[in-house]
Amino acid sequence: MRGADAIVRALELEGVKHIFGIPGGAIIEVYDALFDSGIRHILTRHEQAAVHAADGYARATGRVGVAFATSGPGATNTVTGIATAYMDSSPVVVMTGQVARSLIGNDAFQEADITGITMPVTKHNYLVTDENEIPKIVREAFHIAGTGRPGPVLIDLPKDVTTAEIEFDYPDRLNLPGYKPKYSGHPRQIKRAAELIMKAERPVILAGGGVILSDATEELTKLAETIPAYVATSLMGKGAIPETHPLSLGFVGMHGARYANYAVQESDLIIAVGIRFSDRTTGRVSDFAPDAKIIHIDIDPAEIGKNVGVDIPIVGDAKLILRELIKHINHRKRKEWESRVEGWRKKYPLRFRDDGRLKPQYIIQKIWELQPDAIVTTEVGQNQMWAAQYFRVNRPRQFITSGGLGTMGFGFPAAVGAKTAFPEREVVDIAGDGSFLMNIQELATCVDFGINVKVMVLNNMFLGMVRQWQELFYDERYSATCLKCKEMSFEKIAEGFGAVGMTVEKPSEVEDALKEAFEIDAPVVIDFRVDRLENVYPMVPAGAALHEIIDEEV
Amino acid sequence: MRHTIAALVEDKPGVLARVAGLFRRRGFNIESLAVGVTEKEGISRMTIVVSGDDRTIEQVTKQLNKLIDVVKVSDVSENSVERELALIKVSASPQNRAEIIEIANIFRARIVDVARDSMIIEVTGDEDKIGAFIDLMRQYGIKEVARTGKIAMQRGSKSLE
Repeated sequence: MRGADAIVRALELEGVKHIFGIPGGAIIEVYDALFDSGIRHILTRHEQAAVHAADGYARATGRVGVAFATSGPGATNTVTGIATAYMDSSPVVVMTGQVARSLIGNDAFQEADITGITMPVTKHNYLVTDENEIPKIVREAFHIAGTGRPGPVLIDLPKDVTTAEIEFDYPDRLNLPGYKPKYSGHPRQIKRAAELIMKAERPVILAGGGVILSDATEELTKLAETIPAYVATSLMGKGAIPETHPLSLGFVGMHGARYANYAVQESDLIIAVGIRFSDRTTGRVSDFAPDAKIIHIDIDPAEIGKNVGVDIPIVGDAKLILRELIKHINHRKRKEWESRVEGWRKKYPLRFRDDGRLKPQYIIQKIWELQPDAIVTTEVGQNQMWAAQYFRVNRPRQFITSGGLGTMGFGFPAAVGAKTAFPEREVVDIAGDGSFLMNIQELATCVDFGINVKVMVLNNMFLGMVRQWQELFYDERYSATCLKCKEMSFEKIAEGFGAVGMTVEKPSEVEDALKEAFEIDAPVVIDFRVDRLENVYPMVPAGAALHEIIDEEV
Repeated sequence: MRHTIAALVEDKPGVLARVAGLFRRRGFNIESLAVGVTEKEGISRMTIVVSGDDRTIEQVTKQLNKLIDVVKVSDVSENSVERELALIKVSASPQNRAEIIEIANIFRARIVDVARDSMIIEVTGDEDKIGAFIDLMRQYGIKEVARTGKIAMQRGSKSLE
């Protein structure tokens, strides 16, 4: 068979059901082979969106997402998508066309050194130089992307590799001497951790995206209940414990609730699981949880000790380690700590000013009330933080957001991916007007393929988060953040694409509009004309410690 | 503190770029890097000299280990034999040629090429020895220096596998 047929056959053997992508000259042979396959191809309108969609698909399902792009500009357009997946450890395989082997290095038409370009943002990548290696490479790519700490893998396919004839032989064994993720935690370390937990008076579990990736939410919740310990998550860790659980403190960090930040700062033990202590989560790292000892459980040894010092490191898979750890823990009430945390929770709830204007927080509350089980994707900025604060997630893989790279334009195509995986579920993209414009062309994909996602645009006609910083820290000098598009109508844009558009200006209209949107069997965009100057609070200013959190008067 | 890291890597295209790129983007400073094949087919050995505090070195080793093409990483700074080789082209007139050869002999260096007014001297040893030899050659006029960068191997019967 042709190399191209081998690729498609290998993808079928990996269980791939959906591919997101755009064809082009260098990858045309693979698309020809795909034509006869049962794999469904979703034609996105931009390669960046194809990778975000594959990423959203992966995050929603836990399976490897797949994206195709052609050589040159097609390949370079995937870079932001790949970097986004890399920063959030999302398993994605990207296949790009490449010019024929004889032309590589000649600056041929649509040639780009995509393996060189993506080296720092992939877990691994391949330039296929021998067509007979196609089956082996595809097999390895899926294995590397989906195991250990997951991440994106790129395979670059020179055109003549895809046209060459090969014998198809799918290897059942892998030979990767340099890749052996460690899964089970060291028993002595687990015991030591348990001892530390038993002694702690003010323990807090800090759960990150690794808990979701390792499918360890049940174990984590059980550990929290057994100790008992409060659970704060990173943004990526949302869903590690149901956020309606009495022990959940929601997410911690720059825009976490005050009670979550205080609890972390005042704790005497942090049990960190699958979290990498990013600056957005820790605040000023030198003042992070000053009295706390730290137990750090992570599958990636390089994360341990990278940002904060650790007392007990445990390298391995969160699910397996937590399962072992629980066995060594006895329940012991910590009344004083509990009453302190509950005191903060009561005294400093998440809140916003109710002044009759259309508040973005109110809209998200309503979305949550009406569709608490919806898969929610977000863009990046204020919309993302409000969504994280007010949409209380009840299960893993329900909240999909670009945490590490902070990619505006991620949420909408990620919603396309999630909806493709779960057509029967409600999928909502909580967007800002700035972010939505960055991949708005995917409305065409939604209409074309009947991918009925609901986009809630919190339209303040600003690049809101930057504007907020300018207001607070740059004397209200609003340099280049006003999008001034009062005349622009997302309702009409949606209609222009063949989707359904609505505009909402008053709080009283919100509920009806949402109900209507959730009933319509089509892609819907609601343009919410929100209070333009609303800020995200509470907030830990950049460079401040977690307890130096500021709030607004209500 | 300077550390010497030895890494066994799969001999695949791009592996040097992966290692070099990793050092660059994580802000680690490479002082020297030497690569060569090993006794095993398909496996090369890189010796990397890197400076940084303990935390940096720990990150260097851990991040290197994450590269799929890197099979084994080890800090070989302690208790090891370290060698470097240098070729030095030095100005040499018939008058001072004997003097240069005498110094070279003291350093167990070898004259590998002689021209009318210059010589190439090959010297091996640790960094200090090579540095000292080069310093001594300066008075005659050094025309060119080529150094391999350090390679190292730990003493005793244990091996990096």
